[in-house]
Amino acid sequence: MSLVTFLASHRAEVLALLLQHVRLVGVSTAAAIAIGVPVGLLAARRPRLGAPVVWLANVAQTIPSLAMFGFLLPLPFVGGLGARVAIVVLILYALLPIIRTTVAGVNGIDPVLIEAGTALGMSSRQLLWRVQIPLALPSIVAGIRVASVIGVGTATIAAAVGAGGLGEYIFRGLSMVDSTMVLAGAVPAALLALSLDGLLLGFERLFALRRMPRLPIVIALLLLIIAPLAATRQPAAAIRVGSKNFTEQIVLGELLSQKIERDTGLAVERRLNLGGTFIADTALASGAIDVYVEYTGTADTAVFKNPVDTDAARVLERVRTQYAGRGITVMPPLGFDNTFAILVRGADARRLGLHTIDDAKAYAPQWRAGFGYEFLQRADGYPGLSQKYGLHFAAPPRAMDLSLIYRALAEHQVDLIAGDATNGLISAYDLAVLADSRHYFPPYDAVPVARSVVLLRYPAVRRALASLSGRVSADAMRRMNRAVDAEHRDPAAVAREFLAQLERNGESGE
Amino acid sequence: MTDVSPAAIEFQDVSYVRPPAGRVLDSVSLTITTGSVVALVGRSGAGKSTMLRLVNGLLMPTAGRVVVDGRSTRDWDLLELRRGIGYVLQDVGLFPHLSVEENVALVPSLLNWNASKSLTRAHEMLQLVGLQPALFARRSVRQLSGGQRQRVGVARALAADPPVLLMDEPFGALDPVTRAELHHEFRAIQGRLRKTIVIVTHDMAEAFALADVVGVLADGQLAAVAPPKALARSEDPRVMPLLAPLAEMSAVLGAPE
Repeated sequence: MSLVTFLASHRAEVLALLLQHVRLVGVSTAAAIAIGVPVGLLAARRPRLGAPVVWLANVAQTIPSLAMFGFLLPLPFVGGLGARVAIVVLILYALLPIIRTTVAGVNGIDPVLIEAGTALGMSSRQLLWRVQIPLALPSIVAGIRVASVIGVGTATIAAAVGAGGLGEYIFRGLSMVDSTMVLAGAVPAALLALSLDGLLLGFERLFALRRMPRLPIVIALLLLIIAPLAATRQPAAAIRVGSKNFTEQIVLGELLSQKIERDTGLAVERRLNLGGTFIADTALASGAIDVYVEYTGTADTAVFKNPVDTDAARVLERVRTQYAGRGITVMPPLGFDNTFAILVRGADARRLGLHTIDDAKAYAPQWRAGFGYEFLQRADGYPGLSQKYGLHFAAPPRAMDLSLIYRALAEHQVDLIAGDATNGLISAYDLAVLADSRHYFPPYDAVPVARSVVLLRYPAVRRALASLSGRVSADAMRRMNRAVDAEHRDPAAVAREFLAQLERNGESGE
Repeated sequence: MTDVSPAAIEFQDVSYVRPPAGRVLDSVSLTITTGSVVALVGRSGAGKSTMLRLVNGLLMPTAGRVVVDGRSTRDWDLLELRRGIGYVLQDVGLFPHLSVEENVALVPSLLNWNASKSLTRAHEMLQLVGLQPALFARRSVRQLSGGQRQRVGVARALAADPPVLLMDEPFGALDPVTRAELHHEFRAIQGRLRKTIVIVTHDMAEAFALADVVGVLADGQLAAVAPPKALARSEDPRVMPLLAPLAEMSAVLGAPE
């Protein structure tokens, strides 16, 4: 599908995401102006007071944005999921350019003008409002311009914490290996950045060239632009469904959402595409989402930090108990085990006669391996695997994004990867699963995890989730993943078809 | 002895020390009577501008007192003091983000005059300094020539009708013709307004043309204070070098053709 047809067929969604994006950037830039300009003025007039703040803004700028989200998520007030935390992060990034240019603008004023103002009898405050601010304004606007353009870029990452915006398409496109969808997010974002840049450049020239319009007019104009953006909040939904940021999770997120919508008639808000286990778990614990699908092994080792255990029943029971202590209910397993799969190219497997991980051991020293960030770190990931099977590679394994790892294997960038057993790209790229003959990997049974209070308040939601118990086979999951990843179908549509089919089977079967 | 005119400004044994540079003024005493024009002449760095800044409280004396209208500058509310003193700088210091009339109406607006009164006043002042309000009031100050900028600077300094006017090299950056023209207008305006004016210049000819009393500053000390005619005959070694250009001019004028 070409970009143009995609944009045309998703007009309403593109527009909604664009508006979300504009809102994120608009609100955060406005707040950064409200904080940054006074701080900059203070820093310029009283360097000793202002210097530490400028230093802090400098430090904030150097923190990578995903790490910043990680720091902020667990915090009260600013933390949690969605637009709020994204706006806080965007504000932190926008502060530095605004503070810097405000300081530069004030310091750049001809000292003769300051002397003239003082000698004419201006008080320090009059000097500020009548001389320093107006004369620094072109420079301040230049800073706002830089900040908002940076903001448009950074806001794409906000999708990782469920804040929406054009980053949705970029992340979704990456996880579905769909470059058209990536472009559908990236191109409008670039156009937005360019037009903001142009608009503010116009303002900047206007201020620099002639006398400035009255400050209250400017403020009123800015408020006029921003107020409706800040006001457009989505109506509160009864149930908020989350998912992590890979295809299977998005499909499962849709599956839960649609099941709840069909069976209970409640309004469901989708907060899919959350950036990883940590963010999804924090979101659930803080009440930013009510339910998402977790895997028992992931919960056991990554969430609760238990030692690796390969007994499926024991893991499920332990996880159920530990979640219960946090007010979270583990629903019955959906029916498939998305364990790690060690994968090689199908051609290699056939040529070398590889069937198990043990078979690969002899070739590993000539191979390069690629693993996801989580797999490299986790106790049940690479460190244990290497020990259990005595696997050693030509070079330390490369850390790769999960969405790119299958293609990297297919394109010979690496020779062995760890993927998900249910990934649709396995058959799409003709990859081979090496059997875990020594039972190293723990079970990864997919289970919906939900906030207990929500289940108590809405028993129908509990029934809806329970009715999915054992209904999603590994084969069904792999087919749905493939439909999205390889055939570029819409996850919502794939989930809808599956549910319709379930209902037909259910009616005929019972 | 009786004072005919009360003293508007008095320097009483004033010294001023700027920390790294050292002593700028050394026990200067000078009385400036109300309605008179005093010129301070001297080489660059002699302390002329420092004396002006001591009058409007931009600087405070290290020792001694500067008395304005009967009160030491230390006892004045500085904003009130400055709003009662017009100040014209060599670099003019017009605000580029304000129009001509807004620049001129600045001090009245600081004094909370209402807007229409301030504007009327600004237009009167522009008229006074020879700039037609209809042509100039709304212009940006960037569109003015050097001479026009100086006129606006003078209009701004006079707008709130301050009794005292301080002028720091007001005509220093102008071409000789414009300068002579402004000297002429300066005398005409002063003839009508009778302000107490302190004017700083390095040019003795300008001092003679404008001032009732000329003070010569050399190395932070007041070497001579006298009316132009008396000063012209001075044989003080600190004064004579400043008179030399005038002597050359009269030599040219006096020589037979």
